[in-house]
Formats: sequence, structure tokens, C-alpha cells
Amino acid sequence: MIVAEKKPIEEIIESITGYKKILIAGCNECVTVCEAGGKKEVAVLASALRMYFMNEGKDVKIDEVTLERQCDHEYLEELRNDMDLYDAVVSLACGVGVQFMAEKYFNKPVYPGVNTCFLGAAEERGVWGERCQACGQCILGKTAGICPVSRCAKRVLNGPCGGSTKGSCEINKDIKCAWQLIIDRLKELDRMDEYEQLAPIKDWATDRAGGPRKVVREDVRQ
Amino acid sequence: MNTKTPSKLEKILAAGHLAVTSEVGPPRGSDAEAIKKKGEGLRNHVDAINITDNQTSVTRLCSLAACVHLKLMGLEPTLQMVVRDRNRIALQSDILGAASFDIHNILCLSGDHQSFGDQPKGQNVFDLDSMQLIQTVRYMRDEGKFLGGEDIKRPPRMFVGAAANPFADPFEIRVPRLAKKIAAGVEFIQTQCIYNIDKFEEWMRLARERGLHEKCYIMAGVTPFKNAGMANYMKTRVPGMDVPDELVKRMKGVPKEKQAEEGIKICIETIQRLKECEGVRGFHIMAIEWEDKVPGIVEAAGLYPRPKVE
Ligand code: SF4
Ligand code: SF4
Repeated sequence: MIVAEKKPIEEIIESITGYKKILIAGCNECVTVCEAGGKKEVAVLASALRMYFMNEGKDVKIDEVTLERQCDHEYLEELRNDMDLYDAVVSLACGVGVQFMAEKYFNKPVYPGVNTCFLGAAEERGVWGERCQACGQCILGKTAGICPVSRCAKRVLNGPCGGSTKGSCEINKDIKCAWQLIIDRLKELDRMDEYEQLAPIKDWATDRAGGPRKVVREDVRQ
Repeated sequence: MNTKTPSKLEKILAAGHLAVTSEVGPPRGSDAEAIKKKGEGLRNHVDAINITDNQTSVTRLCSLAACVHLKLMGLEPTLQMVVRDRNRIALQSDILGAASFDIHNILCLSGDHQSFGDQPKGQNVFDLDSMQLIQTVRYMRDEGKFLGGEDIKRPPRMFVGAAANPFADPFEIRVPRLAKKIAAGVEFIQTQCIYNIDKFEEWMRLARERGLHEKCYIMAGVTPFKNAGMANYMKTRVPGMDVPDELVKRMKGVPKEKQAEEGIKICIETIQRLKECEGVRGFHIMAIEWEDKVPGIVEAAGLYPRPKVE
């Protein structure tokens, strides 16, 4: 999933100061699962903002909504009839949702309420870790199912580097060395002989490096 | 033995001499005097001088320009190049730039992560990794082509090196990893600073078992401790460094004013012992900001005078 983190409320307040009618829009997908922008977080943020503006003596109307998805035209359309009631929207969806909202409601200021962090998963309750950088050409089949692009601090394709220490990455002992993990799993799979195959120079054209990406599926298009 | 480049370092190694190299870190400014002075001090005692490339991710005068300063003084530089800061365009371009000054040695490295340095908020590149940089230089030299496949006019003629750390984890892949670097085309290796000699000898033994010591020239890396504090720091704070307790104890056991001398003594003893280790083809003496001690170490270790080659 896409993992996000709540923005500090001070930053949100700064971005919406001056507006009188504000919609806080959550999303029922990834940001709900990682507890950054679902219905519950929308409610918490909305009441904190109401409290703040009340204490400031300002009359600001804060409404709440949580859509099934903000990265989907269909669900965003649900807001069509009510949008005119608001001066601005704070979206707690990931960066994709915020942008889709802005595209759809072209004349409405939209502010992000979360920082979108990475593609990852919950490693334990309350701890999310990165797993993928969407490089567009997946090499997990060659790396024992562990991604060196996202999990090695130097995205070394023929690792580990000389800094790997007792299973930790050189940058921080709390970060596991991806290449230690790869080697451990190659051993488990009895595939250590593959370790000595040189990983070829990667074609990063399918990565962010190649510019904004698009997937076009003629078979799916209407 | 055949040589493939005009590199003096390669010739000395190929002739079967124990080679000696050292390294110089460029300054944090544009005054080249310090580089020239350090280079001059090493002139008669080492065969080639590595110039570090923004080592520990601290921004400094660039490795290439510093190499040019040495080259113009008639010294033999080794261009260290990390893949952290340059993509394949910049790497190939800098290699050609170095080749245009007839810089004949290159050391291909990953580079420390930028979070260690003075620009922790910066981006990194890591377009290639260090093994792929080795492959790239070899391809440019041997095929005379850019990675894109087009011909290079006057290709670089560089002797291609890399680092190896026998002490990083996991230990069991340290030798396979060397084999991998050799498969990528590496011709000489300069190892991480050796303090744990037993472990190093074990690594060499495993390398010999696979005949790797005959497929590339392995130069043992050494660094003298300046004082007990440095020994302790290297032990506890530097990733991938293996300093046995006895050495820290030994440094602490001598009075402060004698510690530098003791550090140098340990360094010389290490070289003496490793001269006997089959497969060690030379020494890389790293004494950053202590370069003036290198000639004394070279002499005391019986590595002076340096051989002359054509
Ligand atoms: S190799 Fe690329 S696509 Fe596959 S997990 Fe890693 S970043 Fe994601
Ligand atoms: S220590 Fe491991 S994870 Fe960290 S940069 Fe090196 S190879 Fe990558």
C-alpha cells in the first residue's frame, strides 16, 4: 500500500488560514490502513481544527467526508453537488488522491493533509517499512524476493557494499541491510550459486528517471 | 606478465614487485597547494597516489582536478570515483576527462552514503553500482565504446581497481564477492584497513583456494593509528571496520605522547607480517592528514627504494 503520515496540525492550519468553509476529505484505502487519512483521522483533525478556530474566536465551518477512493473519478464525483459549499479542501488521501481532487475540482484550492511516504507495509503494529519504489522493471525474481532498489540505501544491485555490519545497513543500525536479507534468503532457498551472477546495468528509463510514467492497456480501454 | 595499460602501478605489479600506494584527500577549498605538497612528499616512496572522491560524503575539491595537479607534477595518480554522485553520463565523461590527461589508474567505489557527510539533505544517484562501474571502464577501454554502444575516439587506457572489505558482513560472501568483482573485470584490489590480521589471512586463504589471488593483484590496506582515541573510534564507530581489542588495549597502554609512535609501529608490523601472506601483492598505506608519515613507514617496512620500471 501507499504509506502516509499525518502532517503536523500547525502546517495544516497555516495552509487554510483565511478560508471560512473547509471540507476535510479522507480516503478509505491505503491511508485508512496506515491510519493517516481514513474516517477516524478525518474526525480527529476536524474536531481539532474546530477547537482551534473556536479558541481563536473565528467562525470557520469544518465538514467531514471520507470517500471510498480519491484516486478514482467515480468516487470523486460524489462530491460534485456539495463542492460549491466550500472555499477549500484538505485532502487526507495520498499525493495521488490530492491531485485527482485538484484536477477534478479545478477552481477549488486543495491542500494535502498527509505526507505521502512510500510503498510499503506494516511490519508490526504502528511500524511501516518501505518495500518498493515502483522502478517499473521488477527484479525481485533475481534477488530472492527482497528489493535492493527500495531497501538498500545505495540501491546496490550487486551487494552488499562494504558497510554492511551485523545485518544492519551502514546508515543506521535499526535499518536491516537488504543484501544481508537477500543472502540469508538465497541460502534458505539453496540458491547461493546465483549470488555470483552479475546483475546487469539497470535500465532506469522505466523508473522515475524516465519522466512521468503511464500504463496504457488497449485491451482494457473502451 | 603482460600489461594492458601504460599504468606504472600495473607495470610494477606485473613485474612481481610488491607495489606501494598511498592516498591524499583533497582540501575543502580551491587552493591546490596542499595536494601538491602532499604529493611531493610521497614522490619517491610510493608508486601511485589515490585521490579520494568526496570521502565520507564531505564536499571537497574534486578527485579529477586533484589527479591532474599530481599528473602535471610527474606523479602517478589513481582516480577514485564513487557512484553516489554521478550518473552514467557523468561517470563516462569524467573517465574521458581523466584519460585526456593520461591518468591511467581508476578505483571504482560505491561511496559512503551522503547521510555521513556535510550534505545529508542531498540526493544520491546510484545509477550504476561499483561492480557495474568496473564493467563500464573495462568496456570503454577494451571495446573502445560508450555504454550506449557508440565508438570512443581515443578510448581511456586505465588500470581498473576496486576496494574490497574482508571484514564487512556477512563474512561468507566476502570471497564470492571478490570473485564477482573479478568477473566484472577488476584488475587490482585495495583492501579496507587491516587490523584483524587473522581474519584477513583467512580471507586470503579462501581467495587462494579459488585461485583469485592469481586473477587480480591484491594490495593490503593499512592505516596507522594516531592515538588510542582513533583506535577506539575506528573500532566502535566506523562501519565495516574490524579492530581487535588487543590493539586498542596496546594503544591505550602507552603514554599519550608515545601513542603516535606505537600506531606507526603496529602499522609496520602489519606490513611485515602480510609480506609473508601469499597473494598479497602490495600495500596501500592510508594516512589521511598524516601523509608525511608514509615515507618513514615505507622505509621501515623494507619497501624502499621503489623499483624503477620502463
Ligand atoms: S525491483 Fe522495482 S518494482 Fe520490484 S519491488 Fe523493487 S522497486 Fe518495486
Ligand atoms: S549496508 Fe547493505 S543496505 Fe546499506 S547500503 Fe550497504 S548494501 Fe545497501
